[in-house]
Amino acid sequence: MSEPTKAPARAAAKKELPEHFKAYKHVWVFVELERGQVHPVSWELMGVGRKLADKLGVELAAVVLGPAGAVTRRIAVDAFGYGADLAYLAGDDVLSDYRNESYTRVLTDLVNTYKPEILLLGATTLGRDLAGAVATTLLTGLTADCTGLDVDADGSLAATRPTFGGSLLCTIYTLNYRPQMATVRPRVLPMPEWVERAPGRVIEHPVGIVEADIVTKVLTFVPDRDSAKSNLAYADVVVAGGVGLGSPENFQLVRRLAGVLGAEYGCSRPLVQKGWVASDRQIGQTGKTIRPRLYIAAGISGAIQHRVGVEGADLIVAINTDKNAPIFGFAHVGIVADAIRLLPALTEAFRARLSPHARDRLAS
Amino acid sequence: MHIVVCIKQVPDSAQIRVHPVTNTIMRQGVPTIVNPYDLFALEEALRLRDKFGGEVTVLTMGPASAEDSLRKALAFGIDRAVLLTDRTFAGADTLATTYALATAIRKIGAAYGVPDLVFTGKQTIDGDTAQVGPGIAKRLGLLQLTYVAQIVTLDPAARSVEVERRSEGGIQVLRSALPCLITMLEATNEIRRGSLSDALHAARATIVKWNAQDAGIEDISKCGLRGSPTIVKRVFAPSPRTEKAALIELGPRPPADALIDEMFRRQPKLESELVALARGF
Repeated sequence: MSEPTKAPARAAAKKELPEHFKAYKHVWVFVELERGQVHPVSWELMGVGRKLADKLGVELAAVVLGPAGAVTRRIAVDAFGYGADLAYLAGDDVLSDYRNESYTRVLTDLVNTYKPEILLLGATTLGRDLAGAVATTLLTGLTADCTGLDVDADGSLAATRPTFGGSLLCTIYTLNYRPQMATVRPRVLPMPEWVERAPGRVIEHPVGIVEADIVTKVLTFVPDRDSAKSNLAYADVVVAGGVGLGSPENFQLVRRLAGVLGAEYGCSRPLVQKGWVASDRQIGQTGKTIRPRLYIAAGISGAIQHRVGVEGADLIVAINTDKNAPIFGFAHVGIVADAIRLLPALTEAFRARLSPHARDRLAS
Repeated sequence: MHIVVCIKQVPDSAQIRVHPVTNTIMRQGVPTIVNPYDLFALEEALRLRDKFGGEVTVLTMGPASAEDSLRKALAFGIDRAVLLTDRTFAGADTLATTYALATAIRKIGAAYGVPDLVFTGKQTIDGDTAQVGPGIAKRLGLLQLTYVAQIVTLDPAARSVEVERRSEGGIQVLRSALPCLITMLEATNEIRRGSLSDALHAARATIVKWNAQDAGIEDISKCGLRGSPTIVKRVFAPSPRTEKAALIELGPRPPADALIDEMFRRQPKLESELVALARGF
């Protein structure tokens, strides 16, 4: 990314959209489909896509790529319930598995044919692999991992993301190229409600490539064992620890509290960098974004990098020794205390209050 | 085999400090490191070279001081280092960056042999976009294999490669072909300790330094700020919540209980939800 502090002086910051881009209209959401399942981030994007389309007075389209047959078609129809006006459907067995070559070619071809002004994708491994390739092929701008999307007064997409070091936010525009592309990480946006609606138009797009055109072959797919997966992003209660815990051994205090609460556990970025905790437990801009009912942050200072990953929580509880720590600026409830001492007490207090015996005793 | 590894010199994020009043990043005196994700790419390239023979060239784009990170790479046993440095590259977004890097890789191919493989890390720790690897692949017409956890087999004679690639919910096992671009996943290997002779070589080696013209870049309007379709219009500090966190005062009640009382007071349904969750419903 470029040097943000120099941004205001830029000559290129003026909008002079070339004539041939003026035909680009409508908002598209790429619907990520793997092995018959839609990644929830696609529907989350449909929610914000609807708002952008309404503000621009244009249509919202779902773009569905997948194998030929009923499953892919049904997903295109599902998209209407999440707010799409129309769906572009490329159903062909050459698209059964995600591969960069085939997906890049088909999505690029769709863009060049139907000319959307905005194209949104999930910032998943698939979405990032595809978005980078498509944006480069189209020679347009792509803003990764946005935490906010809006359209400004002149109809340009304003894509906000944390900037380097995680202390500030920046708003990025692709003023003079089309489509304006952006990715958003799962769980950053709320899931819109599915509402029964009359189906819109489904536009079938011929894929125009055959298997022999594609060099890369999928030999097998090995799904993760359920036990190895963390359900962090979708957990109702999350307990996390940061550098305030002082040592890798003390991270057990976080896991114990999570165990008593039936919660998932996580950590801030420095603990992953120190090698104390596995990277799939990292919460924040470069880790998981969470939207739990309750989030307890122990010994986490609360840099933006972390903040953007937890802001969707209903109740944020912060434990930190530094009363000036940024986390107290966005937590709902805080306590100035040493997490190493408080966590065991909190674990015991919750155990006492939540155990069935304690509750039965209270009732009787 | 000729392998090119792209690396980036980044500020050590563990040492970044934020100014307490202005909330801006204090860059002065922050030490730089090789982007940690790139070390997995470097090690993988070295392993392939050790197995199949050939050379590894490391490439970086940045200010003259980025030479430090190239010397660090040389100390691991890399054969050649190229520094792409020119004021016209300043302010480049990912699209402009991939233009410069891809052009330089073509030039490296012409000067030292066309690469069979190009490696990058999965992303950098400063930009975090993960866009530069795919962008280079597209510009060079290379097959793109991202988030590679393991190179299962590689057959330079048959020009084939088989990899395990991290995807959502599992591992994709792919068979593809050379030349290709691979972005390595983290924690897939461990960077070696360079030998003493590598360290001596690193200190003395001549770094190949190219400006835009040396790298074969003809159209500087595709570089730097001018070549960047994205522009950063606003930089701002996040607005604090209108209400700051309610801080629990120390009183007669044990702090843990006082904290729980406040949680349940704010979210009245939380207690019953937690009971259900703790019971495993």
